[in-house]
Amino acid sequence: MQGSIQLEISRRVLLISSAATIAVNGVVTRDAAAQAAGSQMNNTEVSFVVNAESRKLNVDNRTTLLDALREHLHLTGTKKGCDHGQCGACTVMVDGRRINSCLTLVVMHEGDEITTIEGLGQPGNLHPMQAAFIKHDGFQCGYCTPGQICSSVAMLEEIKANIPSHVTENLTAETKTTPTEIRERMSGNICRCGAYSNIVDAIAEVAGTKA
Amino acid sequence: MSVLKDTAQKALQTAISFVPDRWLPGAEPDPMRTKHGLIGAPVSRVDGPLKVEGKARFAAEVPYENMAYAALACSTISRGRIAALETAKAEAAPGVLLVMTYRNAPRMAPPPVMNSAPKAAGASDLPVMQDADIHWNGEPVALVLAETQEQADYAKSLIRVTYDLEPAITSFDVAKTRAHPPENILGEPSSIEFGDAEAALNGAAHRVDLMYRTPRYNHNAIELHAATVAWEGDKLTIHDATQMVNSTAWTVAQVFGLKEEQVRVLSPYVGGGFGGKCLWNHQILAAAASKLAGRPVRIALSREEVFRIVGGRTTTEQRVAIGAKPDGTLAALIHTGVAAMTTHNSCPEQFTFPARHLYAADTLKVAQDVADMDMVANTFMRAPGESIGTFALECAVDELAETMQLDPIELRRRIEPEKDPTTGHAFSSRNLIEAYRRGAEKFGWDKRDPTPRARRKGEWLIGMGCATATYPYYRMPGGAARIRLTREGRAIVSTAVHEMGMGTSTVQQQHVAARLGMSFDAVTFEYGDSTLPAGSMAGGSSQTASISATIIAATEALTKELLKLAGNDSPLAGLKPDQVEARNGGLCKRDEPDRFESYASILGRSQRQEVTCEASGPLPLEAQKYSMHSYGAQFCEMRVNMVTGETRVSRFLGSFDTGRILNSMTATSQFKGGIIMGLGLALTEETNFDARFGRIMNPSLAEYHVPVHMDVPRIDVIWNDIPDPHSPLGAHGIGEIGITGVGAAVANAVYNATGKRVRELPITLDKLL
Repeated sequence: MQGSIQLEISRRVLLISSAATIAVNGVVTRDAAAQAAGSQMNNTEVSFVVNAESRKLNVDNRTTLLDALREHLHLTGTKKGCDHGQCGACTVMVDGRRINSCLTLVVMHEGDEITTIEGLGQPGNLHPMQAAFIKHDGFQCGYCTPGQICSSVAMLEEIKANIPSHVTENLTAETKTTPTEIRERMSGNICRCGAYSNIVDAIAEVAGTKA
Repeated sequence: MSVLKDTAQKALQTAISFVPDRWLPGAEPDPMRTKHGLIGAPVSRVDGPLKVEGKARFAAEVPYENMAYAALACSTISRGRIAALETAKAEAAPGVLLVMTYRNAPRMAPPPVMNSAPKAAGASDLPVMQDADIHWNGEPVALVLAETQEQADYAKSLIRVTYDLEPAITSFDVAKTRAHPPENILGEPSSIEFGDAEAALNGAAHRVDLMYRTPRYNHNAIELHAATVAWEGDKLTIHDATQMVNSTAWTVAQVFGLKEEQVRVLSPYVGGGFGGKCLWNHQILAAAASKLAGRPVRIALSREEVFRIVGGRTTTEQRVAIGAKPDGTLAALIHTGVAAMTTHNSCPEQFTFPARHLYAADTLKVAQDVADMDMVANTFMRAPGESIGTFALECAVDELAETMQLDPIELRRRIEPEKDPTTGHAFSSRNLIEAYRRGAEKFGWDKRDPTPRARRKGEWLIGMGCATATYPYYRMPGGAARIRLTREGRAIVSTAVHEMGMGTSTVQQQHVAARLGMSFDAVTFEYGDSTLPAGSMAGGSSQTASISATIIAATEALTKELLKLAGNDSPLAGLKPDQVEARNGGLCKRDEPDRFESYASILGRSQRQEVTCEASGPLPLEAQKYSMHSYGAQFCEMRVNMVTGETRVSRFLGSFDTGRILNSMTATSQFKGGIIMGLGLALTEETNFDARFGRIMNPSLAEYHVPVHMDVPRIDVIWNDIPDPHSPLGAHGIGEIGITGVGAAVANAVYNATGKRVRELPITLDKLL
């Protein structure tokens, strides 16, 4: 259950990151910090790999990974739907695991490998999940779609790693990729157009199971 | 509506009723309604690859050099005046370019409110940041412009505002004691009565008389409202997320005292609209700030701001009373009630519309009032009126059927009208009973036990319910389309319409390919730009019919032009437009297909590289002569936990009668999407409004519960596919019909499972315990 342990670690990291977010916001709402901001003390240089390309940014510490991707790197395939980790539109993969990029600061990702929708497949050479979303009409407006696709690719890896979910009936057996497992594990990605059943069909096809 | 206008409209309607069918636009049935080609086929979305690659660029994603970022500070009171406004600290904060308030904002005219002029798009006609007056809790009072979003957001937190409070009406219970009829409801009278419905109700053999309540709802498209704006001299460009590019351009031009052509609105992709992506304060404020700063500006509302600055579906209280005779026909149908509204908008939530057209009754009374409140202007949200109106009406019909010990579908058979109950017009196409028959068969309605609590599995009670779906057919006047046909055999069709995920561009590409006898790939559909020929707005499920009518008109003009160019040396020589049809990349004589010449050949001989034709669609008179509506039968199977009161939708089926379906894949998706939003309406969604202070209390997706993957079961969608002889392509718009009837189908299924009638949405577990 290597994956399970990794997940625990990532949860802890997430908690720390949330605390950091609060701390930073708490600090910057003070006038003193505002003056500090003026002298660029609130900026940090961060180096990471995005879609197999090394990137270096000098950013305001308050910048989320999501805003860094969208506003600094112009990778606007990653979407903002709530900025609060409630809708999943900003899902990207950090070191292979899915994460809400709006809930994490970019300065926390020094050295990390980040995969966004742009890095998953290229025109004419789509990732199987991207192709399956087209085939099964897994979207309407297309806004939540990059998040759904990134989330589903990483989610299938979680099932492969035998990480259980709320609906897993037998914790000691191998986790199966059932429609219920898919729906439960994808419930953090909201689609207001209501493409849910088509998305489940697309994921099931990629997973090699029947929805 | 003035008496004069009223009289004029009546006279026009009377005149139209005498017009023979063949003189009515759309009355000579469109030959394409039964021809196939790719029409109806499950063609994949043309914008699919861009969307799955993350390359479709939305409004907040357009890059500009030297762009500044905006953040808004909003009022925390519902009514009063700004007493003090401290902005100095914000102005001094790092990266801040300016703070705009009513004191330094450019002078701007109030946006003309929707329906006040053909292209008016204002959600309200309140002035935008022009004075110290506050009209709702959430009204923007300051805009901070900074080099980065982080700096703008921080500086906004330094703004201090104090207010002089004035009494505000923030309680619906208080407001409704002063409810009054609105001037009109989307041009229709607010009340209609024939016969003495109350007396007939009292004398009826069977009767129900019930009250229903529905809460506020918000659209919550996942794309946040956003715009990227830039001035170039006195020309303004707005990259917007909007359902109405032309109306936005015209209205913003009025605000800034410009000509319509000086404002260009682009919106190639809209990340969900549902009625909410129209003109609100943020686009105007961004343009004003951009003007002040002399820099391009990006504004993106937070989710909380979307709740507080962009209105949603309003709250209602509805009475439905139905009296039936022993044979099951209706003696009386009454649907009345009140909706919360503001004095500065024009969306009275037409919840009595279904009862005006749906069932036969000896007497009828419909009347709806509005209760004025101090709140953000409410607006159209997917099937405004019909979604919640069918909840009340269709629950009451279900209750009546039970009182009569009649199957609810059988009751609907007995009250099926022969002509429109209020207008007396013939139905253009109405096959509701067929939709019920097919739906009931596929769903297995015969397995339903009419006795509540009869089916049980463990601690779960299981029940089935059904309800009628209905939404009007609308086609908007005033649109145009341009077709450019090139010698290389390509057709480029342009009209300023919208793609919010309905499949507009795909379906119209299918349509043009079939109508011009070309391959799908030879057609390009251009849209989403106000500089193209004026298009229809995406609203009222009208866009597909509206675009189709303009394309038909442009094709007719093109055919005429091609025959002229073909001249006397062509096999087509001497033929009139109505004698030819398009086929295999050219024109041929309808009954003599060998008399054919390709477009390339016609253009070649006339030494033309291309030919361009533009035409407007005819006035939508068909909807004046006929009663034109879409229908459907919604079937729901619910499981309700006896211990916890939790609800689970286990199966759902929608059986629709919406004319011809143009793309079976995108149509299925759109129907399902409507049904899913209906499940949210029925079970989970509710915007909580603080009746004391007028503030929305759950402005986030964590506390406003839209359905997620786990909430949505298997949904089956079927349709009659009977073309409407009086609409372009025989089709009806289908964006809104899917959500109608869902609330009632769910509530009726919950009753069948539990024996509890819940008459107040949403049906949360506390109401079932």
